[in-house]
Amino acid sequence: MDYKESISKLTNDVKNKVISAREITGYFMDRIKKNDSQLTAFMEIYEKDSLLKAEEIDKKIQSGQKTGLLAGLPIAIKDNMCITGKKTTCSSKILENYISPYTATVIEKLEQEDAIIIGKTNMDEFAMGSSTENSAYKVTKNPWNKDYIPGGSSGGSAVSVSAGLSALALGSDTGGSIRQPASCCGVVGLKPTYGRVSRYGLIAFGSSLDQIGTFSKYVADSALLLQVISGYDRKDSTSANIPVPDYKALINSRKDLKGLKIGLPKEYFISGIDKDVSEAVKESIKVLEKLGATILDISLPHTEYAVAVYYILAPSEASANLARFDSVKYGYREENTSGLMDTYRKSRGKGFGSEVKRRIMLGTYALSAGYYDAYYGKAQRVRTLIKKDFEEAFKKVDAIVTPTAPSAAFKIGERTDDPLQMYLSDIFTIPCNLAGIPGISIPCGFTKNNLPVGLQILGRHFDEKTILEISNSYEQATAWHLKYPEV
Amino acid sequence: MKITQKDVEYVANLARLEFSEDEKKTLTLQLERILGYMDKLNEVNTSDILPTASVVDLKNIFREDIVENFKNTDGIIANAPEREERFFKVKKIIE
Repeated sequence: MDYKESISKLTNDVKNKVISAREITGYFMDRIKKNDSQLTAFMEIYEKDSLLKAEEIDKKIQSGQKTGLLAGLPIAIKDNMCITGKKTTCSSKILENYISPYTATVIEKLEQEDAIIIGKTNMDEFAMGSSTENSAYKVTKNPWNKDYIPGGSSGGSAVSVSAGLSALALGSDTGGSIRQPASCCGVVGLKPTYGRVSRYGLIAFGSSLDQIGTFSKYVADSALLLQVISGYDRKDSTSANIPVPDYKALINSRKDLKGLKIGLPKEYFISGIDKDVSEAVKESIKVLEKLGATILDISLPHTEYAVAVYYILAPSEASANLARFDSVKYGYREENTSGLMDTYRKSRGKGFGSEVKRRIMLGTYALSAGYYDAYYGKAQRVRTLIKKDFEEAFKKVDAIVTPTAPSAAFKIGERTDDPLQMYLSDIFTIPCNLAGIPGISIPCGFTKNNLPVGLQILGRHFDEKTILEISNSYEQATAWHLKYPEV
Repeated sequence: MKITQKDVEYVANLARLEFSEDEKKTLTLQLERILGYMDKLNEVNTSDILPTASVVDLKNIFREDIVENFKNTDGIIANAPEREERFFKVKKIIE
């Protein structure tokens, strides 16, 4: 058994009885036990449940029953997705004792395909952050260098895959929370189109931006996982009723990138980007050209406004979504209070961490009487322009390539004192969420300090196929995906 | 945009959040700096631009209005910080 195997190899081995689901699950469980005390990627580990489920799958195989697409494959789940009877904390004190009374649709889909849910991963509280340092419980370490952040907010999920603690992981991405940690940890991270994957059972942060997506070591594995979790769900009326393609078969049938046009937006290749990052990205573009793609210079003129738009809209939506944490039906309650209003204020004041409170304040301010038009209204108008930039660009090109982040992972503690500086880490990932298009980050090199660099590929609405094809061809032509951190 | 501690207190009340004096001071400075950055949006002329309502072509979805009983009501009630029988219990509402 080797954690470096692709999941298609592992699922085949399980089906052909070369290895049992029990052995695979036990193997990853041992890796978690051995490494997670240092990396602290996990909030909770479901050892007993996982092994029981694995044995069930082995019995199915022994008795000749059909098994699912992910039979026996351990997957880690970001701790903002609900599983009946399990804690869902969003890495917040306010949900410390919350037990989900229902299960998210993505989890049901994984279980239908016989995946093994091995545990829940650490995150920035309520998915607000770019370093996972905003967790109310623990700081997750980057497996490439434990003095560095793993990115965020889905930092625990990215680390789990990067360090080989699980074969796959799910995260959520509101402004880059899958792609940026994937870039920091040297793994594949995919944010699907808004509406591609049901969000029923995902604790809401910014409802017009949130999307569940995948982490994997290899592109083909994310393609398969996307196929499993995608599709219309009547419990999420924002999920799209569009057929789900066989992503994996599609990307395997393409051998080169001939006939594809790839755009390089000049606004993403500006001064201020770390030199090692821009060099790695430039080298990757040469590889794409060699594979037959036509590279074109394009412009997305409103890019520089994306961070301002996002940090008005996302906190505004968050302030509304997080109003439900009133300490009445669930969540932390402060007992020593003078009445109901005082209970609200004290429970929320103590239960939420400082970044979450900062964003609720920003959002409440932006939506308050007298300021709504100047902030929220203005931001939604500029968002229309950002969306139009992409529509214009996609008339000329099939995909857009950029760095995922302006720098590789930064040191733990380096940006915690300056929220605005932290917000600017998301400068290249945010526009994709504002426009609702799909985006992926794939490993494309290393800095001189041996920290991974990510390449971001953006596509048209519901055209995950093209960005997966480009990613897969690039991966086949390079060797970055074969490098592993020493943990 | 100048933000005062009074603004912070006003918004904190709307948001049902209690802050210490120190937190209020820090927030006043941080909100002023962050909102100052947002002023950048005033450079963009949006007089003829409609605000975004949805990023993909979302249509309203109707379904039959049929009651489906949620099976795990015990699981919901169990999360209540305080309850009596099958009711959520709170402090006196009318003050």
